[in-house]
Amino acid sequence: MLTDADINAIWLSLRLGATTTLFTLLIGGPLAWWLSRGDTFFRRLIGAVVTMPLVLPPTVLGFYLLVTLGPLGPVGQAFRALGIPTLPFTFAGLVVASVLCSMPFVVQPLQNAFEALGERPLEAAATLGAGTLDAFLTVILPQTRPALLTATVMAFAHAIGEFGVVLMIGGNIPKVTRVLSMQIYVYVENGEYGQAHILAGGLMAFAVLTMMAIQLLNPKRKNKPLTGLTRW
Amino acid sequence: MKKIALALLAALILTLGLGLNAQAEEFQVAVAANFTKPAEKIAQAFEKKTGHKAILSFGSTGNFYSQIKQEAPFAAFLAADSATPQKLENEKLIKPGSRFTYAKGALALWSKTTGYVDDKGEVLKKNQFKKLAVADPKLAPYGKAAHEALAKLGLEKAVEAKIVTGNNITQTFQFAESGNAELAFIAWSQVCQDGQLTSGSVWNVPADLYSPILQDMVILKPGENSAAVQAFADYVKSDPEARKIILSFGYELSE
Repeated sequence: MLTDADINAIWLSLRLGATTTLFTLLIGGPLAWWLSRGDTFFRRLIGAVVTMPLVLPPTVLGFYLLVTLGPLGPVGQAFRALGIPTLPFTFAGLVVASVLCSMPFVVQPLQNAFEALGERPLEAAATLGAGTLDAFLTVILPQTRPALLTATVMAFAHAIGEFGVVLMIGGNIPKVTRVLSMQIYVYVENGEYGQAHILAGGLMAFAVLTMMAIQLLNPKRKNKPLTGLTRW
Repeated sequence: MKKIALALLAALILTLGLGLNAQAEEFQVAVAANFTKPAEKIAQAFEKKTGHKAILSFGSTGNFYSQIKQEAPFAAFLAADSATPQKLENEKLIKPGSRFTYAKGALALWSKTTGYVDDKGEVLKKNQFKKLAVADPKLAPYGKAAHEALAKLGLEKAVEAKIVTGNNITQTFQFAESGNAELAFIAWSQVCQDGQLTSGSVWNVPADLYSPILQDMVILKPGENSAAVQAFADYVKSDPEARKIILSFGYELSE
């Protein structure tokens, strides 16, 4: 039912999803924290820039990334000067594009949660003698767990589903950048709808399951730690 | 013990060396999405004959143009038109003299319904359909050809309000395949297998109603000095097997 090419594409998509999630959280987490701790024009500007991938058509974003990261663009030339191969048409290039596209899905929920958390729990923690790391692990993480979970799942899910940007940056190269969404595209262009349906159906089932997982893991109202705290 | 280890090491190095010395080469080829199927068959036949492996990437000709300008690793490019390869040639991004027409596309008027399209195209003149799907003439050579044919038939005004525009011929085909448009101007290659119509009904638009839809191939910079890539281009151009494959998918040859 699944060909070797399909399995390669699925594996590549899963790897892309996992890598993207990791980097998006590592960058998006601190960024969301910084955005939530103050309200200046500069912060608003950065907040708006992070949201841009939601608005720009994927092929447009993909094209600008291709030009910027390519050997003639500013980033590409810097890479060249340092003797590093340029990013387009590599797996690393896919990850960079994918992290940018997934960023709003991580920053938005986390920023909201951090803002809702407010200063008081942290002040309380400091009063009780907790250091920064201690407060992060015992106050911030548990209190914003639902948002963190949402961010993680959304980053992963979006990286799996992305098509336009990764097609432009990746060049649809088998085993290197041909992810699941591109494999479906190849089948459709080929008129092999049967094989396309199998992969698309699997992707749909995956989407429903992940969204269900968020719903089930984030119980509504009951035990919602954030609301409980603001009341206190 | 040490001797055995050394012998093993030597054997390992030898096999690795032999592996590297093997004649077979691998290279990447960008292929216009509408040529997916024939390209896969051609690459298979080419590998069987020569041992060289052409790794195919599929996408839109416009995308590939942007990517090639950014030094994409493609050794060769089979485009869906002749304008893009020509542009690359003018910009000196190809191996000089490597451009040639590997296939000519044929325009077809198609309906999902059996017997709906007659073999003279009278269905267009009767004008009783609700929607006619045509690819964007600015983006797709088949869209341009369809508008030329309509103009030559004197029907452009009559059907204007009924035209729905697809981004490319795949989308145009999907409009008709899904039944949302009764008629579509598509590529004959989309509904042709071994020279036969696969489903629905079709009018093969006479070639004198539109200017030829030429698809050109070029060798790009990354493949400039490779004998294997040159062999692949030669194979596509003149090997009887490759030509048979191209014809069987509903394309014509340039001579």
